[in-house]
Order: sequence, then structure tokens, then C-alpha cells
Amino acid sequence: MHSASKHLLFILAPLVVVFALLPGAYQNHLLLFNFVIFLILAQGVNIIYGFTGYLPFGYVGFFGAGAYGFAIMVMHLQTPAPLAVLVGGAVAVALGLLLTPLLRLSGAYFAIANLAASLAVLHFVANPALEGITKGPYGVSLTGTFNPTHAYYAAVVVMALTVGAVIYLKNSPFGLALQAVREDAVSASMAGVNIIKMRVIAWLASALVAGLAGGIYAWYVSVFYPDNVFSGEFSIFAIVFALFGGVATVTGPIVGVLILYGIYNLIGFTTPQYFQLIYGLLIMGLVLFLPAGLVSLATRRGWHVP
Amino acid sequence: MSPEQNSILKVSKLVKRFGGFHALDGLSFHVVPGEILGLVGPNGSGKTTAINVISGLYAPDGGEVVFDGASSGGVASHRLVHRGINRTFQVPKPFLSLTVRENIQVALAYGGATGTPPSIAELLEKYRLKEVADRPAADLNSAQQKMLDLTRALATRPRLLLLDELAAGLNPAELDWIAGRIKALAATGMAIIVVEHLMGFIEQITDRVIVLNAGKEIFEGTLATAVREPQVIEVFLGGEHAH
Ligand SMILES: Nc1ncnc2c1ncn2[C@@H]1O[C@H](COP(=O)(O)OP(=O)(O)OP(=O)(O)O)[C@@H](O)[C@H]1O
Ligand SMILES: [Mg+2]
Repeated sequence: MHSASKHLLFILAPLVVVFALLPGAYQNHLLLFNFVIFLILAQGVNIIYGFTGYLPFGYVGFFGAGAYGFAIMVMHLQTPAPLAVLVGGAVAVALGLLLTPLLRLSGAYFAIANLAASLAVLHFVANPALEGITKGPYGVSLTGTFNPTHAYYAAVVVMALTVGAVIYLKNSPFGLALQAVREDAVSASMAGVNIIKMRVIAWLASALVAGLAGGIYAWYVSVFYPDNVFSGEFSIFAIVFALFGGVATVTGPIVGVLILYGIYNLIGFTTPQYFQLIYGLLIMGLVLFLPAGLVSLATRRGWHVP
Repeated sequence: MSPEQNSILKVSKLVKRFGGFHALDGLSFHVVPGEILGLVGPNGSGKTTAINVISGLYAPDGGEVVFDGASSGGVASHRLVHRGINRTFQVPKPFLSLTVRENIQVALAYGGATGTPPSIAELLEKYRLKEVADRPAADLNSAQQKMLDLTRALATRPRLLLLDELAAGLNPAELDWIAGRIKALAATGMAIIVVEHLMGFIEQITDRVIVLNAGKEIFEGTLATAVREPQVIEVFLGGEHAH
């Protein structure tokens, strides 16, 4: 069987089936929803960091932009929720386009500039002068579209599309070319790859994914403040989950979310004091001993990891 | 027609500055299809810089590069690759975490090779990379990495190939072997520019050499005549004294 079909059948399909059925068996739907959101965001980080090497410290900027894109459409134009989610994605892509000059930077400079950009967007949205449009710092309340069940399934759909996109990258010349650009941009251009175009496409794809996730998040929670949807925790969690599992693979970010977000919820709420300690040690250990993520335990042995 | 009118690449009065320093200072030469041209000169004379400008890594600060009848100075590298220029690097630059096969696949998919692209199996076999085809490029030794650079370039079917010290670090048997390969490529009509410090190797494969000093050509002709030229001797001896 072709390896892309294998990935679709043995990774994507089970993931979608499990998350589509779980709400029937497990009561804490908010927790399930958060898992799906982090699966989307971790794969979005995978697309931009794993395949091109840009570490998006301000990734939440796209998420927040998507949430506010959704809210503005619903508040001012009474747009149906699914359409408003798409607009949320489009707003994030527009923000991504605006930020393409950042791609000229590399390494820590890119990460810092991206973080600064997300803070700038937060303060723009939260500006009291924009109260008429964004409700400024006072937050939005979208009771008209409130429907967590539909929002949950929309999140599962976006997760499926995102994982599908990563499977495409993992199995196509396009994904190979992106990795080539990450490894050595000069050599990639000598392989005939238009490096600027490739980087911009990956950047906008990861922005789209986060924007759609942000729109769905706004749909699900329906009441939120700028600080909620622009919280740096989204960026940090998505990055840590993706790195923990291992980027530039399909399974790494999935494994990262399931394990780390699982631990977070097991011990995070009951004994937060131990949680911080264990989480911190886990991440330090990972960076020191497994810089290429959990999947490298297998790849080091010469096993292929999808 | 004179050979100059036939030329696939014509470089005229090329200038490339780094700050106030002129790495290329009015360099002119040409190559014709099927020819192997040697580019020699002491360390720092501008050989690699010339290749970098011709392959689109740097835009020239003056002068002209004409490839296949069209001006090519300052055109982006990937476009020049599609037009038919490719190169290897003095320090090989493979995609380290990708396998050897994947390294070549990128160039096959994006190189815009006209006509039938070469087959991966054949490239791997011909350039002695078959055994390591599915290993990450990071596992290769430096000679193998150079061959990978070369196969990546060949996967795009260049009509002008620029080889920057491809032979440095090879043993005598490997030198003979790669000399044969380069000659065979030229025999297909490919124009090849060879930058090399090993004079025996240059002697063995080139039709003609350009001697570079301080960013300018100071001699053009066969290597046999070059070594009798006082100015050439002076530059090379001067270079050695400086060491
Ligand atoms: N990117 C750069 N920035 C600044 N100076 C440079 C750059 N590239 C080359 N130079 C300088 O230009 C001059 C020519 O360098 P170049 O690499 O072209 O020489 P070369 O003939 O290839 O030498 P070698 O035989 O040692 O490879 C050198 O003095 C070098 O230091
Ligand atoms: Mg050089």
C-alpha cells in the first residue's frame, strides 16, 4: 500500500473515529474539545516549525485573530457560525500575509519578532478605542451561536484536515522541498526550489489552521476576553507538545498532545504544586536527552516513524 | 562562427564587491557547449565568487553575465536552475537530515529538467551512492557528500555545470574515475567550468584555462602555455610565499 494511504488509514481514521465517538462515552466534553484544539495547534506548529524551521513563539496571534474574526462576523453581521469560522481562518491568513516580512529573520530573531507581533495584535484588539468593533478589553459574548456540540464536531473536521495536510507534506515532493529549504536554503534553490514561495505557503497554511481553530474556539466558549484567546499559553503548549512528540512527523505532535496534555489534566488540577515540578523536569529532560522528540527513540534504532 | 559567438555563457567585466573589497574586478571569459574550462588562481582570487554570481547566489555589482543569449546577472538561483545552470559547492551542502535518495528527489521534482529527467537509480549507481541511498546525507563522508552535490545538480539536467573543487580530497583512483565522468558529461554537450587547485587534474580534463588573480583574468589558454607565462608563475609563487 502507498504510504500516504497507510497514514490516512492507520493514523488519521482512528484519530477521527475516536474523537467523534468519545463524547458519547466521556462526560467532560470541554476537556475533549481542548484536546482536539491542541491537536490542531500542535500540527499547525509542526507545519511551520517541523517542515520549515521557523519557531512561531507568537503562534497564538493567529488563533486570537481567528477568534475575533469569528466574533466580529457574528456580532455585527449575524453570520452563521460555520461561515464565521471560515472568516476567522481568512483573517488569520491575512495577518500571516501582513507578517511575511518576518520570514526574512531566522532562529531566535524570528521567534521574538513573532511573539512581539502577537502581542501587538492583542493590544490592537483590546484597545478601548475599538470598542465599537471588537468590544475592546471588555470581551465578547456570542449567545446567538452558542452550540458546543456543533463546535466540537467542527473542531474534529478541522483536526482531520490538518492531520491530512501533514500527511500530504510527509508524502509529497512539496513536503520534501519544504524540508530541503529548512535544511539548507541555498542548496534548495539550486535544486530549483523557489524558497520564498515555499516558506510563505507553509506560513500561511499554519496561520489558516490556527485561525480556524480560534474561530471554533470562539464558537465553543462564546464568552471570552482578549487575554483568553491571545494567551501565550496556547503558543507554548502547542510548541512543547509538538516538540515533545517530535516534529516533521505525522505522529509526533499527536503523541505529544495525548501524553503531555493528558498528564497536565491528570495531575494539573488535583495537585498543581507537583504538576509544575513534574512538567518542568519532563521538559528539561526532553530538551537535554531527546532533542528530536519521543519519536527519535524509534528513529535512532533505525525504525521508520510516520 | 567564432567560438565566442557559440558560447553558452559569456561573462563581461564582472564586478562583485564585499564592502569596499573587490572580490571580482572586471572578470571576462566565455564557455562553449561541450567544453571543459578550468578556472584556476591562488586562494582568495575570486573563483568561488565567480561561481556564486553565475549561479545567482549574488547579484553582480557591475558587468554582465549572459547565459544562452539572455542576461542572467541578478536572476534568482532557482530560475537559473530552470534555465539550465547548476553547480556543486566547495564545501558540500546536502540536505543533512534527508536521505540521499530524497536529496536527489527534491532536485528531480523541482529542478525543471527539460526532456527525460535522469533516473535516480542510474545517478546513484554512476556516482557510487547506491549503497547509501537510504541513509541520511549526514552519514556520508565528505567525498560522498561531494558526489551527492553533483548528482543533485545533474538531476536538474544542466547545460552549464559549475564544479567548485569537486576533486579536492579524493584519492588518485577516485580522481581518475571522476575525471572520466566529467569528460563523459562534456561529451554530451554540457559546458563545464572546473575550479580546482590540483594542476594534474586540471591538465587531465580541461580544454582551456582561465587564470584568475585578484578578481581579474590574467591568462587564457591551455594549461601548458599558462605555466610558461611569467605573470602566472609570479602569481602562484607569490601566493605560495604568502603562506
Ligand atoms: N560573502 C563574502 N563576504 C565577504 N567577503 C567575501 C565573501 N565571499 C568571498 N569573500 C572574499 O572574496 C575574496 C574571494 O573569495 P573566493 O571565495 O571567491 O576565493 P577563491 O578563489 O574561491 O579562493 P579559494 O581557492 O580559497 O576557494 C576573498 O578575499 C574572500 O574573503
Ligand atoms: Mg573557492
